[in-house]
Amino acid sequence: MQPPTARDIEIIGRPEASAGVAVALAVASVSAGFPSPAEDYIEQALDLNDLLITNPPATFFVRVTGTSMIEAGIHPDDILAVDRSREARHGDIVIAIVNGELTVKELATTPVLRLIPRNSAYEPIVLREHDDFEIIGKVTGLVRRFR
Amino acid sequence: MFALVDCNNFYASCEQLFRPDLRHWPVVVLSNNDGCVVSRSAAAKALGIPMGVPAYQLKEAIVRHGVEVFSSNYALYADISQRVMRVLAELAPEVEIYSIDEAFLDVGGIADLAAFGRRLRATVRQWIGITVAIGMAPTKTLAKLANSGAKRFPATGGVVDLSDRERQRRLLRITPVEEVWGVGRRLSRRLRLMGIDTALDLGARDKGELRRRFSVTLARTAMELDGVPCFGLDEAPPPRKQVISSRSFGERVTSLAAMRQAVCAYTATACEKLRRGRQYARSMSVFLHTSPHAGTAYYGNAAHGSLPAPSGDTRDFHRLAGRLLDAIWKDGHAYVKAGVMLHDCCPMAPMQLSLLGTQGLHASDALMTAVDRINHSGRGQVFWANQGIDPSWTMFRNHLSPAYTTNWNAIPCVR
Repeated sequence: MQPPTARDIEIIGRPEASAGVAVALAVASVSAGFPSPAEDYIEQALDLNDLLITNPPATFFVRVTGTSMIEAGIHPDDILAVDRSREARHGDIVIAIVNGELTVKELATTPVLRLIPRNSAYEPIVLREHDDFEIIGKVTGLVRRFR
Repeated sequence: MFALVDCNNFYASCEQLFRPDLRHWPVVVLSNNDGCVVSRSAAAKALGIPMGVPAYQLKEAIVRHGVEVFSSNYALYADISQRVMRVLAELAPEVEIYSIDEAFLDVGGIADLAAFGRRLRATVRQWIGITVAIGMAPTKTLAKLANSGAKRFPATGGVVDLSDRERQRRLLRITPVEEVWGVGRRLSRRLRLMGIDTALDLGARDKGELRRRFSVTLARTAMELDGVPCFGLDEAPPPRKQVISSRSFGERVTSLAAMRQAVCAYTATACEKLRRGRQYARSMSVFLHTSPHAGTAYYGNAAHGSLPAPSGDTRDFHRLAGRLLDAIWKDGHAYVKAGVMLHDCCPMAPMQLSLLGTQGLHASDALMTAVDRINHSGRGQVFWANQGIDPSWTMFRNHLSPAYTTNWNAIPCVR
């Protein structure tokens, strides 16, 4: 069996499934002077998935509710791309399970393990060894649509 | 060397994936039409809820233990399955997708199998959140047994390397013969009469005798148990003498047009199953009946018909199914169930053609292969128009979870 390419495993609603909106951009910029040898050359159309997804099978999408991360620029109704294969480090924004709920917070590993809301009205969650929590993955992108 | 990777409690695990509140909770998934239990979480198994129990018998478990019940959410399972298969394809040289939650890998040339298995298992768990069991052995039949060993004995950590001959013998000795891949209950009854009780007995038996008294396939299965590979990737012992596709209707069917769509859909499903086992069939039957409990006059009937030559072509069986349905259809009844069965199955490859039927055979195989490949994900993107587009006979799915990974409006929420 050949390793599947992104196109082989199309699933409706998953961004890697989109054929990619063709946004062909000419590379050459407008400049006075000598013509660039690359002027006629058009690079491959841009695909937003390239920006958001590096590991498709491990990437999931979630929708934000609430304002606990508003000071990090994460608003209610934003869509986050979560890569479960990326190891989360101190300072990363992560998706975690705490008390049976999915939550988005900033991970702090020193001086103690904490999940930090980026909203001064909220208190950090200190994680102890026997707490029921799990770091699901690292948030690798954000999508927001405007009206 | 082969590995069989099998997802644990696959449907129930998919349901728990985006419901962290249910991670340690008893969860069951119901079959089509919310009929009976087809998947159970570990906690549901611990409560003693058996596989296959009808949904209406769960009421007490729901009230007493809060068991969470889901309808089959195929869009979700297909997506998670694709992700698992894709990770396997990245980490292993060759993959045969065997079912929605099982795959055989060719792991020849890997030095430390146990370490490879543990890495594979950890990766699938971390990347996707699904737990798998892995059995590895020199043949597919042994890998299948190694896999069930990995599931049954927690001390294995979900990974069993059965390349050692002595370990093979120890496992085969405690494996009843009916648990061997491709040996059904009927066949095992005959084997037990001959004193073949365990997998070890079967593997030790004279292969010529097995071939003469049973089939080439059983002889090959016995050789596989003995450590001699007979099935390559994409090869399996064809266990089927017939293929069945049948369901209870969500709403009673009273019109011939709706019934025709249903029967055509079941026929398409059965034919796909047939081809997946690399088989042709020669004849089929169609059956339907009303409810035996409804109080009104009961009517049930079945019709059987044959093709001029064995076929794997859905179109041949559609034509036949239409004629068979016409023969048994009676107006004025409210039908609760219908189905089709394909009989006289034979291997696809070498076969005799009827004098009339040689033309177009190649094109038919190519077309069916193309259709199956498109539909492989189980989401039915290509289907025969005679199945209908918005069928009223489709099933109940009263406990359906959201399409967490395949619909932007249904993705999980985080706080």
